Amino acid sequence: MSAITRDEVAHLARLSRLALSEDELDHYATQLDDIIGAVARVSEVATDDIPPSSHALPLTNVYRPDEVRPSLTPQEALAAAPAVEDDRFRVPRILGEEA
Amino acid sequence: MSLIRKTAAELGALIASGEVSAVEVAQAHLDRIAEVDPQINAFLHVAADSALAQARAVDERRAAGEPLGPLAGVPIAHKDVFTTKDMPTTAGSKILEGYRPPYDATVTARLREAGLVILGKTNLDEFAMGSSTENSAYGPTRNPWDLSRIPGGSSGGSSAAVAAYQAPLSTGTDTGGSIRQPAAVTGIVGMKPTYGGSSRYGLIAFASSLDTPGPFARNVLDAALLHEAFSGHDSMDSTSIHEPVPPVVEAARRADVAGLRVGVVKEFGGEGYQPGVLARFREAVDLLESLGAKVVEVSCPSFGYALPAYYLIAPSECSSNLARFDGMRYGLRVGDDGTRSAEEVMALTRAAGFGPEVKRRIMLGTYALSSGYYDAYYGSAQKVRTLIARDFEAAFHQVDVLVSPTTPTTAFPIGERADDPMAMYLADLCTIPANLSGNAAISVPCGLADEDGLPVGLQIMAPVLGDDRCYRVGAAVEKALEDRWGGPLLKEAPSL
Repeated sequence: MSAITRDEVAHLARLSRLALSEDELDHYATQLDDIIGAVARVSEVATDDIPPSSHALPLTNVYRPDEVRPSLTPQEALAAAPAVEDDRFRVPRILGEEA
Repeated sequence: MSLIRKTAAELGALIASGEVSAVEVAQAHLDRIAEVDPQINAFLHVAADSALAQARAVDERRAAGEPLGPLAGVPIAHKDVFTTKDMPTTAGSKILEGYRPPYDATVTARLREAGLVILGKTNLDEFAMGSSTENSAYGPTRNPWDLSRIPGGSSGGSSAAVAAYQAPLSTGTDTGGSIRQPAAVTGIVGMKPTYGGSSRYGLIAFASSLDTPGPFARNVLDAALLHEAFSGHDSMDSTSIHEPVPPVVEAARRADVAGLRVGVVKEFGGEGYQPGVLARFREAVDLLESLGAKVVEVSCPSFGYALPAYYLIAPSECSSNLARFDGMRYGLRVGDDGTRSAEEVMALTRAAGFGPEVKRRIMLGTYALSSGYYDAYYGSAQKVRTLIARDFEAAFHQVDVLVSPTTPTTAFPIGERADDPMAMYLADLCTIPANLSGNAAISVPCGLADEDGLPVGLQIMAPVLGDDRCYRVGAAVEKALEDRWGGPLLKEAPSL
């Protein structure tokens, strides 16, 4: 039985914001199925009594004083933008309004 | 001996004493790059003018009587995953082609402060995802030992540049073995410091709980000097540790193992390992014993689950980290013709800008984090992470360091594993446990495999903040082997 179906891969591609072709979906469905089949072994040893580790080191939030410090100028921040208008990032329409 | 064959420590001393100028040293390496990089493809960007300007500044400081650090004026190749204000930064991806970051990574800034001369940016698997450098959008890097083979990855441009004498030092990042594996297969030294010991600020993120900057060099002392130069606490990285840098340079100079307890990881060997790799590894273990170390076998039963756990944890973190590449604020934007929504433009941009391995990992991570699958995949992998840390803890009650081969095989041919992700992932089998637990680990050359005459690496793993032990043991092995070989292993490499 496959671990992941082609429809699921298409759904993952949508969630991942990846516009994939039909051929790519077929290709990735096969590969992801192989990989997921192999990595599923982790559940063999992951018993209820073992606490999960999200990190290698014990960490707590780190704070610094809330002080005004020099930062990038608008010109520096916008220098690599694909499109700029009025000192702002120009982006395609975000809301699905009818123009 | 020509300048390009000298060690970083020797070059630093020659420059500090005024016997050679930093400009001469930089020019010799730039000439070498021009000569051999068309064959190797280690560099994505060569910064000749700025390198010479940095070198001139070091010479002027010396002339003015300023004291210089041990690496002032020494050239370095910098992995193209660290941001550099004055050079493009691509992470090996089309999505960042031509991108110029507005700030320097902390590692970059510290290289500059130490007076290191940055020659350029080196090739890598896209976003550091891979073990061969074949996943770069800018073509593969070739192994100087055999141009038909991979130089390891993801830091393959950095390993190849040092092995081909294009630079005495380079930087890398190690998330699952991306420094140690390329070092092993090119016959050089590569170190993954303790997680949090070197700053991630300005390192383009792949898997934030694992990513660790570290050094490459042709010998252990040079690696230690570079490690010391860019490591230490950084307030810009919230996972940076508040501890002094372990005494790595002193340890590299000490180079003795008398009385040290060395554990051989029982689980790493046997099926899937190349005979020539295992033969050189066993000789290295015997050598350690003959140098006065106490060698015992140690079992780490969970290490066999490290690879599957890693290929859930790293993709999960990458699926989140790479969401920032949306074509809105920097980098590539595709399909913005006024008719498409932002969401459509993002999906077209990411489909055009990312290569196959990055897409695979983003979808794999998205899957592992989905509701309904989270507990079985990501949750289980996090539990394995706990088990790995417990195995290390138990092992380090018995021994001071653990050793294993760095990689199961020597450098494989370019193209051999390109369409088989699971085969490619096996290259990281022995290196991943130290990433999951945050330990320090180094790879040092331990000879050539009989079957193919290619380099084999010895991995030495130490506890968290035990980085100095890696250098101490690595330097002892290096000294004994170089006495036996009559010089460094790299002298056996074919000349380019």
